[in-house]
Amino acid sequence: MAVQTQSPTGPTPTPTDAAPSFATTASGRRRKRTNTIMAVVVTVAFLIALIPLISLLVEVVVRGGKMISWDFLTTDMAGVFGDMTTGGVEHAILGTLQITALATLISAPIGLLAAIYLVEYGTGRLAKTLTFFVDVMTGIPSIVAGLFAVALFALLVGPAYRSGLMAAVALSVLMIPVVVRSCEEMLRLVPNELREAAYALGVPKWLTIIKVVLRTSLAGIVTSIVLAIARVIGETAPLLLTVGIVTTVNTNMLDGRVATLPVFAYSQYAQDSQGVGADRAWGAALVLIVMIMLLNLVARFISRRFSIAEK
Amino acid sequence: MSTDVRPDPVDAVAPEPLSDHTKHPGRFGNRLFSGISLASGILILATLVAVAAFLLREALPAITSSTQDIADFTRGLSLGQYIAPLVFGTVLAAIIALVIAVPLSIAIALFIAHYAPKRLAGPVAYAIDLLAAIPSVVYGLWGFYWLVPLVGPFFDWVSTTFSFIPLLADYAPPAKNITSAAVVLAVMVLPIVTAVSREVFLQTPRLHIEASLALGATRWEVARMAILPFGRSGVISASMLGLGRALGETMAVLMILAPFAKGSSFFSWHILQSAQHQTIAANIAQQIREAHGLSVSVLIASGLALFAITLVVNMIARWIVSRRAAFSGAN
Amino acid sequence: MGNEVKQSIRRGTYAILAASTALVLAACGSSASSGDSGGSDSTAGGGESAASGDLSGNLAGAGASSQAKAQEGWVAGFTEANPDVTVTYDPVGSGGGREQFLAGGTLFAGTDSNFNDDELASGTERCAGGEVVELPVYISPIAVVYNLPDAGVEHIQLDADTLAKVFSGAITTWDDAAIAALNPDATLPATKITVVNRSDDSGTTKNFTDYLGQTAPDVWTYEADDAWPIASVQSGDGTSGMIATVGAAVGAIGYADASQAGDLGTVAVQVGEDFVGPDADAAAKGLDASPLTDDATDLRITYKIDRTTTEAGAYPLILVSYLAGCSTYDSASDAANVAAYFTYVTSEEGQARAAEPSVAGSAPISDDLRTKIDAAIAQIKGA
Repeated sequence: MAVQTQSPTGPTPTPTDAAPSFATTASGRRRKRTNTIMAVVVTVAFLIALIPLISLLVEVVVRGGKMISWDFLTTDMAGVFGDMTTGGVEHAILGTLQITALATLISAPIGLLAAIYLVEYGTGRLAKTLTFFVDVMTGIPSIVAGLFAVALFALLVGPAYRSGLMAAVALSVLMIPVVVRSCEEMLRLVPNELREAAYALGVPKWLTIIKVVLRTSLAGIVTSIVLAIARVIGETAPLLLTVGIVTTVNTNMLDGRVATLPVFAYSQYAQDSQGVGADRAWGAALVLIVMIMLLNLVARFISRRFSIAEK
Repeated sequence: MSTDVRPDPVDAVAPEPLSDHTKHPGRFGNRLFSGISLASGILILATLVAVAAFLLREALPAITSSTQDIADFTRGLSLGQYIAPLVFGTVLAAIIALVIAVPLSIAIALFIAHYAPKRLAGPVAYAIDLLAAIPSVVYGLWGFYWLVPLVGPFFDWVSTTFSFIPLLADYAPPAKNITSAAVVLAVMVLPIVTAVSREVFLQTPRLHIEASLALGATRWEVARMAILPFGRSGVISASMLGLGRALGETMAVLMILAPFAKGSSFFSWHILQSAQHQTIAANIAQQIREAHGLSVSVLIASGLALFAITLVVNMIARWIVSRRAAFSGAN
Repeated sequence: MGNEVKQSIRRGTYAILAASTALVLAACGSSASSGDSGGSDSTAGGGESAASGDLSGNLAGAGASSQAKAQEGWVAGFTEANPDVTVTYDPVGSGGGREQFLAGGTLFAGTDSNFNDDELASGTERCAGGEVVELPVYISPIAVVYNLPDAGVEHIQLDADTLAKVFSGAITTWDDAAIAALNPDATLPATKITVVNRSDDSGTTKNFTDYLGQTAPDVWTYEADDAWPIASVQSGDGTSGMIATVGAAVGAIGYADASQAGDLGTVAVQVGEDFVGPDADAAAKGLDASPLTDDATDLRITYKIDRTTTEAGAYPLILVSYLAGCSTYDSASDAANVAAYFTYVTSEEGQARAAEPSVAGSAPISDDLRTKIDAAIAQIKGA
């Protein structure tokens, strides 16, 4: 077994896979066998986990890839009906970008400020409570966030109201806790010596936070926010409840349904799971995954290029 | 992905005496800035309260109205009778998913933390984390087009071979049953459970490991006697976090599971039989398309139930984590 | 409670709005005349619709998802002739469509089931004192589809009792004696029958269960219902989900819009002494063989479909979906738009468009029916 013979340079000091002196006794042989079996089991577990990942990526790339063309990316679904194979995802891409941008505009300031409160000001019960419930909030099911937006706007505007703003509010409920947790992490990485040096120079605390703490951790914060965007950009259920699907671009975020990539993929699948709808669904899925991977790459690039360590 | 286990927040706050210094210049700025950031924090807590409050407010018409008023939508069931089978399906799907995902996750976490060479551990962890980045609607597509046809013949064989076990009886093709949905849920919670377990395993005190090694333990014996006992509570809370995620997942279930019908028995243990179960989240997504008036209220009431369940599960999980974090800091 | 109060307040607001708009319009007097153009158009039938290219405005509708595909085709066709009118159809379901229409949120609705008395009462308010107009515009044969690749016949033939026994689970295999007796030429395997139902609430399910209940009352003792009334064996979400599910399992049987059946086999059902397959002509005959409902009027042409008809060549397993509008609209231009759109939909051109297999594969309405519909559309006017 490859695992047994490799030179182990694991995170802990090298355990002897089986000390030679044990191999001669019965219990020693049993221990050796158990050790080998478990090494195989653990490796196989990892390989099993790779099956969904690889098959999923292959499916998306192969089935979605044949749909991708300039036309697919730059036309909407206006006037497309029945078996027509034309039409594309332009409106859905735009809608996804608009709604995600709006959600980021809501979430990033609130999340960052709350993180600042936790790191720089928060002490005692309130901070502990906030930390605890932010963690709990990361577990809110996405469909509940969607229902919340539906309930909120039904009371504020009316039950038939649908808009991009609703979707952005729903996504913000999911996004804010992610932003808080990762920004908090980043702010804590700023060495206290920097803060102390600023105080020693007579800089007030709020200016220290803005000029020293935030500036030092800027790359980390931007990375956190980009990763949070990547996290919510693929959310489907809240969008299904709040903006549904339309066939054309809707740039008004305050009124009317908006098409988005995840809901587009779902509705195409739901309308026609055996024909052209399936192809469009896979095409939209590929576009979505590429967007998420790009966001992850951007985040990696920012954190490598501008990390604190290099300063 | 190390965000879940962290030191006590109080440790890192700027030393108290120094903040006295800020009293003189920029007092207004200080007040304003601390006020705004405090307000943001409170706004987040208020959001959580608002989620509960608005769901309750919109669910109220359904809760207070008689069974007759909602009968058109619920097929003559009272609100409780309508929601109970959905809760059953939701919990059943999540538990099957955990039964599949937790052992796998522990093994993978061990592989990363203890078995894989350092060069490999990073990329392996990254590959598992990648599973968390894939949108749920893509999991739905994958489940429907790839997984369901693949597992169908296997389920068929299991069901005919073990037809005397009620749990496995009555498979009917295609495999749009709760087990297929749970397999996809398992893949979706795998990265969470793995990431948290991995972090905990990596925190095993070096002394424990070295002591085991000094006694001549094999690699597996180190895992069994030092790492797993140390990480037990972490694994439990990781599983709870995964449970919370599996309970609330919508799209994968919506796209794979054939839900029960009006005349079905609502509490079926036949996990390979199609059209016997439905989850709260998938039911909301399916029914809300054509719901209006009171029926929206009924759906929001079921969403409130889901919210309450996931809230409790997550609070327990976080409570275990925070208790752990408190004493592992002593290392 | 709260919802009802709010809704009645909202309705009240609309009524006041409607009343005041009517006053303003009456005071102006000038624009009212253009409302007549919608009426005069429609008497001449579908050929006119191209001539009314000077129409403009928004024409929003919502309702039954059964006619969603046809609506997509109609919207596209109508917009070609009237590029300045923006027509939208939101498939929110029949109930939601009627509700939105009555609340004044949309100008027309699509619905599989007829307006009940309460709805008609509030319709008077919504229609500025006029009436609700209901027109059958979409006739779709429902096919009983099965997955038996090697059956060797064009249609498997089933009488009503056998069909009901299959769907109620009394007949469990394809080589059952009852099926074999009706299909001497078919190759029937011993495969288990997997009954597939629609998992969402659907007019298709309602019409299908109505058919079973009326034609085989001894076997199928359940009322017609949007939701599958008995324990489910296997199910699919929407027409597409139904077709995919039946297609994925050999031995499966289900029901779906005939146009979507694709490669699946379709059952010929017994009508009189013959067996009739689900084609468009037979479906139109099925509707013509049915009587109007008791409360039908010149404006509300609603049918009570006779599933037990013995008329030769008629296919009674059909779904009829209606367009609903007002006889009176507050705004003359709305009235003109609605009339023009309804005229296009029911014109030969519009019906032929929906009948294309690539659009909705529906059955075109008969000329007789079109004459009645045109007379109803002629009464749509501005207040």
